[in-house]
Amino acid sequence: MVPADSTFQKPSSGSPTDAFLAYRFMVLSRVLENRIASLYRAGKIVGGVYLGIGQEALSASVGTLLGKGDVFAPLIRDMAGRLAFGESPLDALRTYLGSRKGPMRGRDGNIHRGRPASGMPAMISHLGGMIAVVNGMLFARRLRGWNDSVGATCIGDGGTSTGAFHEALNQAAIEKLPLVMVVANNRYAYSTSNDRQFACQDLLSRAEGYGIAGHAAQGNSLLSCFETMKHAVAAAREGGGPQLVVANLLRLCGHGEHDDASYVADDDKTSVLNRDCLEVAREEMLAEGRTEADLKAVQSAAREVVDQATAQAQQEPEPDPYADDWRATKSEFQAHPSS
Amino acid sequence: MSLTYIDAIQQAQGRALRENPNVFIYGQDVAEFGGAFKATKGLVENFPDRVINAPISEDAMIGLAVGAAIEGMRPIVEMQFADFSSIAFNQIVNQAATSFYRTGIPIPMVVRLPSGGTPGSGPFHSQSMETLYAHYPGTVVLTPATVNDAYFMLLDGIDCDDPVLFCEHKFLYRWLKAEKLTEERLPIGTARVAREGKHASVATYSAMVHEAVRAAEILSEEDGYEIEIVDLRSVKPLDADTVVASVARTGRFLALGEAYPWGGVTAELCAIVAQECFHLLDAPPRRMNSKDTPVPYHPNLWKSHRPTADRVADALRELIRF
Repeated sequence: MVPADSTFQKPSSGSPTDAFLAYRFMVLSRVLENRIASLYRAGKIVGGVYLGIGQEALSASVGTLLGKGDVFAPLIRDMAGRLAFGESPLDALRTYLGSRKGPMRGRDGNIHRGRPASGMPAMISHLGGMIAVVNGMLFARRLRGWNDSVGATCIGDGGTSTGAFHEALNQAAIEKLPLVMVVANNRYAYSTSNDRQFACQDLLSRAEGYGIAGHAAQGNSLLSCFETMKHAVAAAREGGGPQLVVANLLRLCGHGEHDDASYVADDDKTSVLNRDCLEVAREEMLAEGRTEADLKAVQSAAREVVDQATAQAQQEPEPDPYADDWRATKSEFQAHPSS
Repeated sequence: MSLTYIDAIQQAQGRALRENPNVFIYGQDVAEFGGAFKATKGLVENFPDRVINAPISEDAMIGLAVGAAIEGMRPIVEMQFADFSSIAFNQIVNQAATSFYRTGIPIPMVVRLPSGGTPGSGPFHSQSMETLYAHYPGTVVLTPATVNDAYFMLLDGIDCDDPVLFCEHKFLYRWLKAEKLTEERLPIGTARVAREGKHASVATYSAMVHEAVRAAEILSEEDGYEIEIVDLRSVKPLDADTVVASVARTGRFLALGEAYPWGGVTAELCAIVAQECFHLLDAPPRRMNSKDTPVPYHPNLWKSHRPTADRVADALRELIRF
């Protein structure tokens, strides 16, 4: 039985073909994240702020190419993908600001938000831990005879070193699940560079080891990310089993807003990947026939949405420890007060 | 025709599969082979899509169960040995146990943990993990000691909306038999007075209930002491009321468990009794656990590692003569 508040439904037919859809979410994500960074600097956000700047092209492509009945388990730098999948900017702001009305009700913060009944499980901080959860959601759907749902999840280069990543990818391969595993190789796991993270030439070669298909994308090109993701999502939906997508890119911010990223090597700063994906996407959209006015309209629409959501989230009530039901269990029994 | 503890577990799973299409069993060797201990023997024949062999990936097994539970299914995961659940610790305590509190989405899954020691099982096939999982908010930890409880508590665990760690004792699998299932079905979170007495109370669970009962028989025969035994049945939630009521009747308390001594269920029980029953006690609350070493391999070492009826009886004599 599907929970009553689930938005569990069949995917909308056909997949988007226009990368401009993803572009809108790249812009919205950047505007929203800049706002969140401002609120953090103003002392209005407790806890950490982790931005996805430089990774929007990949992330927005993932979210845009999934349908409503699909599963998306975003990770730390997936604001763009979250928005494209259907998360509201208000959900993001409510969570960062600790609003009682947000999906996490102040009980968990920032990037850990989710709405599992709508196909977006809420991430835990332990890297690799979400992949098997997506496997389970897809597995359950298949047990119920529904085979046209795709699940995508993202991870960084650092997360590929975990046992959980290996176990879950191997599991997905054995079960031939429609999992799209997206690796954003942004070259730094917090401060640790690729040469201390893995010894293979390219993370794409992992696909062969698991017996699954692999796809490479240039992470700061929207067209490259969008086309690659389109093929990967379609292959998974058509029964091709798990798909590994590896995008090489560069994180254009610190690990969190507390981190000045002083460890980034000079070679990286002068590399082609250091070009902001938003700038690259602008050029790509103009070359595809969009006008400056089109792009400007996207920008001002994003500002308006973020302004409205910020105003609303800031007015909402904070959680009240005296009104909160602290019990984690719905069951009738209660633990002994001292235990 | 008698029914063993493991038969009860097998039959409860068969019934759950029959009655609820959302139930499935996932674990290593659980399908055609029927599980390392045969707890899923024959189930795949009637439910070929819902009794599924898993790769040796405990972390991914529990992760998959969490995902399926989000979708409204009721997975049962068999850990081949409770010990191996340490690989899945993260998924159990961080993913499954936090979900309802964080997101309001329940995770109705059961992790079956073949727990506790048997002769020769050594350091990695004999551990009792209930203490670890009970520590975390959001879990339910069940520790059945009878054939009836093995059957009904597994069914109740499958019906429970919280993640359940079902600690089934390997020593009891084929040693414990009942003529048939009875109507006795207590709710989760309610302890049972397994034996009435007046000189001291023992609160315990799982296989140690049977060591305690034997100790009580020894004391009754040799010393004329009558020991009351509370079978906790579940260590989380813990039925403190039944324990406190028993201590009020006897004035003396021993907490008994097979797990390692540091912290844990027995420490929790002693803390509760010291706090709630201070004025009722005629002796300090006492506890007894296995030794603070890894579980040894040789049967001679193993027998001296875990609490046995004789040593429980000695501890109770000291408690009564305090």
